[in-house]
Amino acid sequence: MIRLTDVKKSFGSNHVLRGINLHVPKGESMVVIGGSGTGKSILIKSVLGLVTPDAGTIEVDGKDATKGDRDAFLARFGMLFQGGALFDSLPVWQNVSFRLMRGALKRPKEEAREIAIEKLRRVGLKPDVADRLPAELSGGMQKRVGLARAIAADPEIIFFDEPTTGLDPIMSGVINDLIREIVTEMGATTMTITHDMSSVRTIADKVAMLHDGVIQWTGPVGEMDSADDPYLNQFVRGSAEGPIESVR
Amino acid sequence: MSTIAAIGAATLAMLAAIGRITIFAGQTASHVLRPPFYFKEFAQQLLQIGYFSLPVVGLTTIFTGGALALQIYAGGARFNAEAVVPQIVAIGMVRELGPVLVGLMIAARVTSSIAAEIATMKVTEQLDALVTLSTHPMKYLTVPRVLAALIVVPLLTGVGDIIGILGGFLVATKTLGFNEAAYLQNTADFLQLSDILSSLAKGAVFGVIAALMGCYYGMNSGRGAQGVGAATKASVQAAAILILAANFILTGVFFSA
Ligand SMILES: Nc1ncnc2c1ncn2[C@@H]1O[C@H](COP(=O)(O)OP(=O)(O)O)[C@@H](O)[C@H]1O
Ligand SMILES: [Mg+2]
Repeated sequence: MIRLTDVKKSFGSNHVLRGINLHVPKGESMVVIGGSGTGKSILIKSVLGLVTPDAGTIEVDGKDATKGDRDAFLARFGMLFQGGALFDSLPVWQNVSFRLMRGALKRPKEEAREIAIEKLRRVGLKPDVADRLPAELSGGMQKRVGLARAIAADPEIIFFDEPTTGLDPIMSGVINDLIREIVTEMGATTMTITHDMSSVRTIADKVAMLHDGVIQWTGPVGEMDSADDPYLNQFVRGSAEGPIESVR
Repeated sequence: MSTIAAIGAATLAMLAAIGRITIFAGQTASHVLRPPFYFKEFAQQLLQIGYFSLPVVGLTTIFTGGALALQIYAGGARFNAEAVVPQIVAIGMVRELGPVLVGLMIAARVTSSIAAEIATMKVTEQLDALVTLSTHPMKYLTVPRVLAALIVVPLLTGVGDIIGILGGFLVATKTLGFNEAAYLQNTADFLQLSDILSSLAKGAVFGVIAALMGCYYGMNSGRGAQGVGAATKASVQAAAILILAANFILTGVFFSA
């Protein structure tokens, strides 16, 4: 469903993506792992057109992602940003139903609010959170609001950028289970970025490891532990010893 | 040689910045004309830029009008022309000081807050989030701010002109011995419609400059808290300089005939 071919992106002399080849089939949950600063966020931002690659092609459903109707294209996606990226001038429910209150998917305010409250409940937040401002919420709650916003319009494709980073282990577990449930029940195609191995084991159908600007290893999550890729093994074990330099 | 190279580099950088700002202004204009239009954001900006700037505008212009009356009286006394206070205060406030002071106060108050807000949104990925939610940041953020400033800063300028004249009136009648009715009569007789229209036109141009600079530097902010700080500083600096330069050009256009 999503296919990246030889995608490259540099910032000045910093060659972040050096030729990414990756295929995410329809309905699958792909998890991208890799160290911080290896270009994981840039990778999914390229698919959404938030970053323009220097070279390579990105196809969604066999069609070039950079061509055609942008609004129709983006309407198929939901995205959870690394820092939440909630609009701090709007109350929580208007964040969640942002897409439902303007543009092609616009519906009456009452209905948009009902959907927002329903999605908040789905991510384990009580209705009384709806009228608060994002700044009044804890980090874990903000992540869940971001999650609710990502799924608000029932998208076909969802991207999660580091959904558990900065959360305590219990909240991480809750978010991981939530993502897995949402993916299963919505039948969405998803890409999740993480360096949290417990997220990988809960969420992934397939795993891709990004290192040095290329996909170093990719395969089903079940083969991850038995694979004989030294980079992958070092990352999975969380070891300082191995081909990945610990000083970057 | 290195001095010349440095001057050349600075000139090129400035020309490049002017080019990018011109393109940004053109993009803004093209987005104004194409739907959707976000009324709620527009109304909020009318309030933010217009209504909440009233105290600042009132205070700066009333003190300046008062000081102007004192200066003209003292200066005029050197050649027995103290009587011109009402006329010169009126023309000085309406043609020059009103619009310039309001423009600069808007640059300080509005440009800075627009730049800081949008830059923070950029740094925290809120601009990216807007795009993924099928909302164009130019339409959602820039257009409401620039249009609101275009409408509301001329009104603020009109208010500033009146309060400035009032400042001069108070000083002249309370401390310099001018007759109240005669002062007002002189002011009204002397001012022409073209003076007032030029004042409002300047206000409109300065308002657009102030809002555009805030949006431009906010959207092009660098990363991190430092990026936000740099964007805010650069936006106010650019707005103030452009407002004063535009004032010079507009004064030439309106009054050199
Ligand atoms: N807008 C930008 N300008 C310059 N460099 C950037 C920009 N965005 C990201 N980078 C650089 O690209 C690299 C990858 O960033 P990112 O994709 O955010 O990493 P991560 O894998 O942690 O998500 C980093 O070295 C970062 O400094
Ligand atoms: Mg990242």
